[in-house]
Amino acid sequence: MSENNGQALSISRLSKQFTIDTGTVQALTDINLRVEPGEFISIVGASGCGKSTLLRIIVGLDSESSGEILLGDQPIRTPGVERGMVFQEARLLPWLTVSDNIAFGCRSETPSTERNRLVREHIELVGLVGFEKAYPHQLSGGMQQRVSIARALVNRPKVLLLDEPFGALDALTRINMQQEVLRIWEAEKTTMILVTHDIDEAIYLGDRVVVMSNRPGTIKKIVQVSLPRPRDRSDYDFVQIRKEIYAEFFEQTNKPFAYAI
Amino acid sequence: MEYIDTNSGDDSAEALVNSDKAQTARLTRRGGYFILPLIVPILLLVVWELLSRKGLIKPTILPPPSDIWLVFVDMIKSGELLNHLRISLWRVIKGFSAGAVLGLVTAVLIGLSPRVERALVLITGLLRPIPIIAWVPVLILWMGIDEASKITVIAIGSFWPVLLNVVHGIRNTDKKYVEVATIFEKSRWTLLTKVVLPSALPSIFTGIRIGIGIAWMSVVGAELIAASAGVGYMIMYARELSQADVMLVGVISIGITGLLIDYAIRTLETRLLKWSI
Repeated sequence: MSENNGQALSISRLSKQFTIDTGTVQALTDINLRVEPGEFISIVGASGCGKSTLLRIIVGLDSESSGEILLGDQPIRTPGVERGMVFQEARLLPWLTVSDNIAFGCRSETPSTERNRLVREHIELVGLVGFEKAYPHQLSGGMQQRVSIARALVNRPKVLLLDEPFGALDALTRINMQQEVLRIWEAEKTTMILVTHDIDEAIYLGDRVVVMSNRPGTIKKIVQVSLPRPRDRSDYDFVQIRKEIYAEFFEQTNKPFAYAI
Repeated sequence: MEYIDTNSGDDSAEALVNSDKAQTARLTRRGGYFILPLIVPILLLVVWELLSRKGLIKPTILPPPSDIWLVFVDMIKSGELLNHLRISLWRVIKGFSAGAVLGLVTAVLIGLSPRVERALVLITGLLRPIPIIAWVPVLILWMGIDEASKITVIAIGSFWPVLLNVVHGIRNTDKKYVEVATIFEKSRWTLLTKVVLPSALPSIFTGIRIGIGIAWMSVVGAELIAASAGVGYMIMYARELSQADVMLVGVISIGITGLLIDYAIRTLETRLLKWSI
């Protein structure tokens, strides 16, 4: 974890309200989290718990209602190339080839020789050599998501945000992509924050798993995963951690009135 | 070209996506793809010819296809027809280019700035319903009977479909792609050229196809009213001389030229839009 230039991401007292027709919705309440440089953080929660909103605020697409996010000692207010993002849908520009899509991620001031080198390197990194000239619709879902990851990494962001990136993929492709992301994380030492509703995925990848509760979205628990990688999903400790996290969700469903609005 | 991800299992529902292509392929295999469209016109010509031969249609009103064909060949040989067509086509090219460029630029301004849209909402709403033919006398008064008035009519005619379709295309830009550009801190210019316009390209082409169709109609309309050359003039002049065959040669060549223009644009479109399956 030494290559990352050591900027922690710290979220303090973050809250977010949305105004809708029927009033205000409290999406996030008092989120406090410090992500160490090079750390892999997984955030799990049921849909609607505000976990995607949290990522959108970190990347700068939405703004917080109160609280603060610092990257190093700089507050985050607008989008910036030092934070990359991978969405659930690959969001590749359909009119650009794989190479051009990745090049789209480059800063505009990057000279073209440098740009070509970066694109080549990242195509190699995600294992898509030979597909440089392909258009997104010619690729499978898994391959599209690889391109999306390459595009997000091409600027060497300090933080990579992954918003349910494998949610739309089938189970086998998903496991394959989880291993890929782990390999890339180990190679690049980028700080990663992964939002998911898949508890196994969260444990498999994360150094810590942040469990979020439903409305109002807030951090319920942070589970340390001190298992060596690559992790075995049927390992005793893995199963124990899974049980511990499952318990957080079952507890809620056993008392339906707890989240009746 | 279909690639299969060797590392994953999701090779998608290609069969469904390609059903259109598959249908075309099946038609082509049976020879129906090219023959099928010809059946109705040929049948029509045969019936028309037979009715004329039997004297059921007066040749002074509607000459038989064989006569029209002979006149057509004559007019091609003498260069008369091509000369009129060339003049009309040249007017269309000039007028359409002006109208389309103006439409595209205005559409980009409207599509990107709600302020511009609001400022133009009344004037566009007022001018748009005016039929192109209504402009012809007005423009002749302003610009005289020469080329300028005709080209302006064509420009007005092609301006509207381009404007409306491009605005529609820009509006429909997927917000998800705009967010991607935002995350990468792209400039407004990059957003326009790399995201908004490519995504509006299918609509831009629709606008161009409709626009050039209207341009072609406008030129004939303008020439019918006041001109000394062009296909519209040729038809009008033939009517004065009661040459039904020459009139029909003019009418049919308008149709054929329109078909060829549309075909050319569609070919260009499939080439430029090869990314959209």
